[in-house]
Amino acid sequence: MIVLNNVEKRYGSLEVLKGVSFTVETGEVLSIIGPSGSGKSTILQCMNGLEPIQGGEIIVDGVSVHAKGTNLNTLRQKIGIVFQQFNTFPHLTAIQNAALGPRRVLGAPKKEAVERARVQLEKVGLGDKLDHYPSQLSGGQQQRLAIARALAMEPSYMLFDEVTSALDPGLVREVLETMKLLAEDGMTIVAVTHEMAFARDVSTRVAYFDAGNIVEIGPAREIFANPAHASTSAFLSHIQH
Amino acid sequence: MFGSYTFDWTPVWNAAPELLYGAYVSLQIAVLTFLLGSAIAFFLALAKNSGRAILSVPANAWIEVSRNTPCLFQIYMLYFGLGAIAPSLDSYSSVFLAITFNNAGYMAEIIRGGLKAIPPTQTRAARGLGLTAPRAYLFVIVPQLIPVIYFPSVNQFIWSLLNTSLGMIVGLNELTGVTYSLQSITFRTFEFFIVTAALYYVMVKIVTALGAWGSRVLLPNATKGERR
Repeated sequence: MIVLNNVEKRYGSLEVLKGVSFTVETGEVLSIIGPSGSGKSTILQCMNGLEPIQGGEIIVDGVSVHAKGTNLNTLRQKIGIVFQQFNTFPHLTAIQNAALGPRRVLGAPKKEAVERARVQLEKVGLGDKLDHYPSQLSGGQQQRLAIARALAMEPSYMLFDEVTSALDPGLVREVLETMKLLAEDGMTIVAVTHEMAFARDVSTRVAYFDAGNIVEIGPAREIFANPAHASTSAFLSHIQH
Repeated sequence: MFGSYTFDWTPVWNAAPELLYGAYVSLQIAVLTFLLGSAIAFFLALAKNSGRAILSVPANAWIEVSRNTPCLFQIYMLYFGLGAIAPSLDSYSSVFLAITFNNAGYMAEIIRGGLKAIPPTQTRAARGLGLTAPRAYLFVIVPQLIPVIYFPSVNQFIWSLLNTSLGMIVGLNELTGVTYSLQSITFRTFEFFIVTAALYYVMVKIVTALGAWGSRVLLPNATKGERR
């Protein structure tokens, strides 16, 4: 379970998160939607401690992420993150990319690390690209590689940060399919996304985020059918037409 | 037009062992100061980039002084200057330390430039995976840094190899120092300096060839793994 309690985040005088509170239950798929530049991605980067916060608290499985003495490296082992720009490691092949975490974070023997990497690469449909470098893969394949790399750590949570935004329209689908598979497997997912179909059909809950805070949060169908706030319905009608 | 000058190569030929030993000393200083300087440079680059004044100010001072004053002055400072306030250094130590100091400054800027070529999101992805900062550097950043800084580093190595000739000024028996004393004994100045220049040329050519060979061995993925 991930609990955000009144989280505040500032870049200088710019307030990005203005007291954000919500809870991610184990096994659920939460989509965070909202206008660009509203601070959605920042929430994810705060959840695994990649970004510091200035107020409030984020608690993952009972551990306060930003508390002094919290071992972030240990915490991150169970929170996989996938970025908009893939961020695959260009000097490593697909299998080496995915084996890096198990090998160098968990300290698994090489053989075991490679095996774990191979299993995840096959799962995302890259079983025939094990020895390809990222530059030899398409954007969609690179993004699936990034997903496999995170999965090889066998995390409890997966954070998806606008993972289809940098892809050609034709490549979006394969990545969404992979995410959907994960959701069906019971993975706990928090996805910042502009893919309304994914938010509506795959997620259990949807949060509408605007101007530094959650405007409303609820079951996906409800938010799409009967948004409670005017700004939510304005955003939804704007994006769906 | 050499007029009445008659070349006599015999003294040079007879001095071959001394010359080759001098070349060995030059090469030894160049290799060791380059390795040590590069190791220091890595930390100087990180310190300068750290954004903490306690680290960046001294690192920046080192980089500024080493790059913006002649290497000869740096050797002088250690050989003659240091003696005024501390036990003086012998010629080998002062040349060795001065060239290390010089190399570290230049290499720090080469490394800093290389680090700028690697997107900060690579570090973020590595840390997000749970890698500690040193491991993120070791397994993700440095392997990408090496192809970027490789050829500038070979250049810097050549520069420091030629810089060892400054050892002559403080009486060090590196190649130029040996040449200088031999020609003053034999009066065959022209012959000795021609041969020594040729020796430097050959050494640099060998280094360049090794550099090109090394790039094929060390960087087989430099083209395959390039960033999109």
